[in-house]
Amino acid sequence: MPLSFYILASFTIISAIAAMSLRNLVHCALCLALTFLGVAGLFLQLNAGFLAFAQILVYVGAVAILIVFAILLTRGTEQPQEKWATGLLLSVPLTIIVAAILLNAVFSTKLAVGAPAENPPPVRDLGVALLTSHVIPLEIIGLLLTVALLGAVVLALPERAPELEGQGGTST
Amino acid sequence: MIEQLDQIFVIAKRELIGRVPSEFQPIASVLLSILPLLAVFPGLFALTTVLERKGLGRIQNRYGPNRVGPCGMLQPVADGLKTLFKETIQPRAADRVLFFLAPVFLVIPALLAYSVIPFGRNMVPLDMEGALLFFFAVGAGTELAVFMAGWASRNKYSLLGAMRAIAQMLSYEIPLILSAVPVVMLSGTLSPARIVDAQNIYTAGIAHWNVFTPWGIAGFVLFLIAAAAESNRSPFDLPEGESEIIAGYYIEYSGFKFALFFLGEYLGLFAICGLGITLFLGGWTAPFSFLTWIPSWIWFFTKLFALICLFIWVRGTMPRVRMDQLMNFAWKFMLPLALINIVAAAAWRFTPMLGFKWLVSATIIGAGYFALGQGLTRKTQYTKRTYRFAT
Repeated sequence: MPLSFYILASFTIISAIAAMSLRNLVHCALCLALTFLGVAGLFLQLNAGFLAFAQILVYVGAVAILIVFAILLTRGTEQPQEKWATGLLLSVPLTIIVAAILLNAVFSTKLAVGAPAENPPPVRDLGVALLTSHVIPLEIIGLLLTVALLGAVVLALPERAPELEGQGGTST
Repeated sequence: MIEQLDQIFVIAKRELIGRVPSEFQPIASVLLSILPLLAVFPGLFALTTVLERKGLGRIQNRYGPNRVGPCGMLQPVADGLKTLFKETIQPRAADRVLFFLAPVFLVIPALLAYSVIPFGRNMVPLDMEGALLFFFAVGAGTELAVFMAGWASRNKYSLLGAMRAIAQMLSYEIPLILSAVPVVMLSGTLSPARIVDAQNIYTAGIAHWNVFTPWGIAGFVLFLIAAAAESNRSPFDLPEGESEIIAGYYIEYSGFKFALFFLGEYLGLFAICGLGITLFLGGWTAPFSFLTWIPSWIWFFTKLFALICLFIWVRGTMPRVRMDQLMNFAWKFMLPLALINIVAAAAWRFTPMLGFKWLVSATIIGAGYFALGQGLTRKTQYTKRTYRFAT
């Protein structure tokens, strides 16, 4: 493993730990963006440039902003004081279940371990593969995103103006 | 002789690297690519500020800066010295780390974006596949920097300004990328250097620039509008709307940190203009074949200068749009038209004969433009404004 891998990996892990443990939620979200950046760096180190830039464009450019907006629009940024014991009671079983599912998935996957490709496949090949052998998953994802977009538009439609009081009788 | 003048920077770089011991040559090569970028574009920023202030002054029937140096040309030096010596004030409630990091994170992506733009023949600092995606990916980093600045200042107005800026940047990023898609489709590559090569063909003395096609004209106009919005230029400078939210996300910044915001904004503008030149205006190529003797880098910077002047002109001419107009324009007009433009580019690719190509492609775009305009203007009835939470 080259030195750059260790630098990138430690950067990713440290920022992920910071994203979990910092008290201020906005700081956590920004650390999560750093984690995404570190993962993109790992992709780049594996000679997968297209994937790395797509990761930055989607995760740092859109997902991190979405998280930040969600934090700011839905609640205060200060961590509320929660009961420690009840939190522990809930979080420990949940953590174990999620970890078991994830570890099971990780260990049951056969990974092709080898040196990173010397010449990365050109972007053109990626596009051809997406539109021939992987066209069904691509279209399903496209459909899913369209449905999500329509749902967002429906949610964002302006509320109906409340009926005049005493006429319609609908409560506001 | 002309060949040498065209390649003068490439030759100079090769000469300089030859003087360095071989083990330091890779790092010397990298430094020699980076240092000119760091010298030229901030210098261009200084020149542009004085040009912009004088140009705006002329448009608004006044003189503009004319005291420092001959014709006021040394004004940027005075401004730079002033910002350097001014006290940097930090609000007591501000988030120290983020307040410090925000201007840095704003300038870095703007500088990184220059690494993939071809400034002349054989003059691209970093030629890689997927470089166009790299450009847009680093541009996405500015949004987080804007948020950091707005949130860390602990000021209502700066947070409102940041929210406006992010909403605007996210909305206009989509038409920006979609308007670049037809170019990628037709040239079959994501590398800016290849895209320029694809436009470096001459038929009857006229270059094959993408802007000389119907989808290219539409794409270029969409790209310019989205670029103005992305770099917070007037008429889309709502994030800093002085009359409403004072100065937007950088109210609390003073001294050199403020200068960094200013610098980042202009560097972003130059970078996106450079990309527009690469995608639509043929990069460093000449428009007519009898002008190819002019060195390629002169062509690039001439085009860049023309686009900067265009943006100054627009800033002096157009009033600022309203927030809802801004969003409606992005989502209801620019996004559909960019999608129609992709269809028109596909039609251009798969129809035979030049005249027929023009007919089909222009018809698709024109019909789309007309239908969108009809659909958007039909139902507008202006009534007395009513307020929900005020009288």
